[in-house]
Amino acid sequence: MAEIPILKIGDCLLVSIQVDMHDRLALALQDDLTERIVADHARGVMIDISALEIVDSFIGRMLNNIAAMSRVLDAVTVVVGMRPAVAITLVELGLGLTGVRTALNVDKGLALIRRIIDSDSLDADRD
Amino acid sequence: MSDNRSVVLALIDRHYQRLLTDWLACQKRDAKLGDAQRESEAREFARRFLEELRRCATLAQFDNLEAPECAPMRELLDELSRARLVQGFSPSETATFVLSLKEPLFELLRREIGDNAEGLAREIWTATGLLDKLGLYTTESYVRTREEVIRRQQQELLELSTPVVELWDGVLALPLIGTLDSARTQIVMESLLERIVTSGAEIAIIDITGVPTVDTLVAQHLIKTISAARLMGADCILSGIRPQIAQTIVHLGLELNVISKATMSSALALALRRTGKVVVDRAKSAAAPAE
Repeated sequence: MAEIPILKIGDCLLVSIQVDMHDRLALALQDDLTERIVADHARGVMIDISALEIVDSFIGRMLNNIAAMSRVLDAVTVVVGMRPAVAITLVELGLGLTGVRTALNVDKGLALIRRIIDSDSLDADRD
Repeated sequence: MSDNRSVVLALIDRHYQRLLTDWLACQKRDAKLGDAQRESEAREFARRFLEELRRCATLAQFDNLEAPECAPMRELLDELSRARLVQGFSPSETATFVLSLKEPLFELLRREIGDNAEGLAREIWTATGLLDKLGLYTTESYVRTREEVIRRQQQELLELSTPVVELWDGVLALPLIGTLDSARTQIVMESLLERIVTSGAEIAIIDITGVPTVDTLVAQHLIKTISAARLMGADCILSGIRPQIAQTIVHLGLELNVISKATMSSALALALRRTGKVVVDRAKSAAAPAE
């Protein structure tokens, strides 16, 4: 079974989904990702879906789940690289992915994570 | 039977010139053709119409207007209704062109075979059937042409009314004009998302100054556009909300869940602040150090 690689960039993790997702692969990814967040003390998770032409409700739910799990482990999740057609389809399906942050590409995603982490630590300092 | 049928045709053929003159006189009296150019055009159409009738051997071929041998007649009537449509004639005025042939034609029949009552009735019935059919076809063609025009205008309107403007580096504006229906929302959404990809914008200002009413359906379309842009990593600001529309939104209990500003300028100010840019008034900033 193919495995989805998880790359480490600073204190962020980058997951690039380039194959068709199915149940077992999604579960394996959730396992791997949560372990890596804990092991690497990651503060941000970027999921790149620029290679996906079809995003159905299953993948939508998986993205929401990953975001929720990361949040519990104190990491922000940003979905990057969504295609216009995919965005329209998701909206028509009624999946706004409201629990997930989004960015146009990996560059902007990384900047967004930086910004969120920085403002978090500012808040923490103030407390 | 076909012998009987062609009596009308034979008469048209024989008295062609006189029929044409009478017919044009009738049209001139009824339709108030006005200027000379229109009159010569009507004469041209009338001449071609009669030529077409003369050319065909039997009236039976007009039983089915869709048949290939009726193609020249169909084309003529299509051309006629298109020309009349452009000149602003009404459908009934257009059909009258064909139907007005009845008067001179019946007059001709009465003159020629008036002594044979049974024959006259039969010929008049044949001619009426034919002319009614052709008249109806003209009306149909008129309506079809008009529908084409409407469809084309709709398409042009769609393309015209959905520009995406780059206000600043990383700030897009989407001034919406007119009502938002499903088809337009689709096009608006597509063009906005395409521009987000090409320009890498992080903020899109949706201006609804030109949207006459916001009901639940329009609101739903707005929400869809906003969430699609969010999925692409761009935040939306809604601007140009008129006082009445603000009231409507509250009365309908709509929850837009988006930052909204009354005017485009305040939306742009917010967008600039968000992207970390500052607009400075030079006179004031020059004066400031002196204080």
